[in-house]
Amino acid sequence: MLLAKIVGTVVATRKDPRLVSNKLLVVRAIDPRGKAEGGYLVALDTVDAGVGETVLVVSGSSARMASGMKDVPVDAAIVGIVDAIEVNE
Amino acid sequence: MQLARVIGDVVVTRKDENLVGITLLLVQPLTSDRQAAGRPLVAADSVGAGVGEEVFFVRGKEASFPFHPAEPAVDAGIVGIVDHWDLG
Repeated sequence: MLLAKIVGTVVATRKDPRLVSNKLLVVRAIDPRGKAEGGYLVALDTVDAGVGETVLVVSGSSARMASGMKDVPVDAAIVGIVDAIEVNE
Repeated sequence: MQLARVIGDVVVTRKDENLVGITLLLVQPLTSDRQAAGRPLVAADSVGAGVGEEVFFVRGKEASFPFHPAEPAVDAGIVGIVDHWDLG
C-alpha cells in the first residue's frame, strides 16, 4: 500500500454508474517522512478522508476488496487514515 | 516476491473494517547487496515480522491470501521472514 497525502477533490458528473455516490479524491504519494514524491492519482474514498490528511491507498485489483467496492471499476482506494508513521532505520 | 527490510510501522485507527486486526509494516525493498531499492511501501504482516528483520513480500491481490477466508483490501503482504540469503 502507498502512503499518500490528499491534495484535492475531483467532481465528475458523467461517469460509470457504479461510481455514483463514491467520493473521488486526488492524492499524491509521500515517503515515510512526509515528503511528496511522484505523480498525482485519483482514488476512491471509503473512509471519509479529507484534504490534507495522510492516508493509506491500496492499488490494483485489491482496491475492489475495500468495503462497498465490489465490481466497481476502480484501481486505487483510500482504505485508512494514518495516525502515525514510525521509522526505525 | 521481493526481498525487503522492515523499517517501521504505520498506525491507522480509522480504516476499512476488513483491515482491523492486521499489522501494517513499512518495508524497504532491497537490492542484491542489501541496499535500499526504490521507495518504501506499506505491507500487511501475516508472519509476525518485526522492525529490522529481512522479509519477502508479495504484491497484488495475492497479498490478501494469508488472511483467507477474509479478503482484506491489501496489495502488499509479508509472507516470510528470511533467515539468510546469499547469491552464491
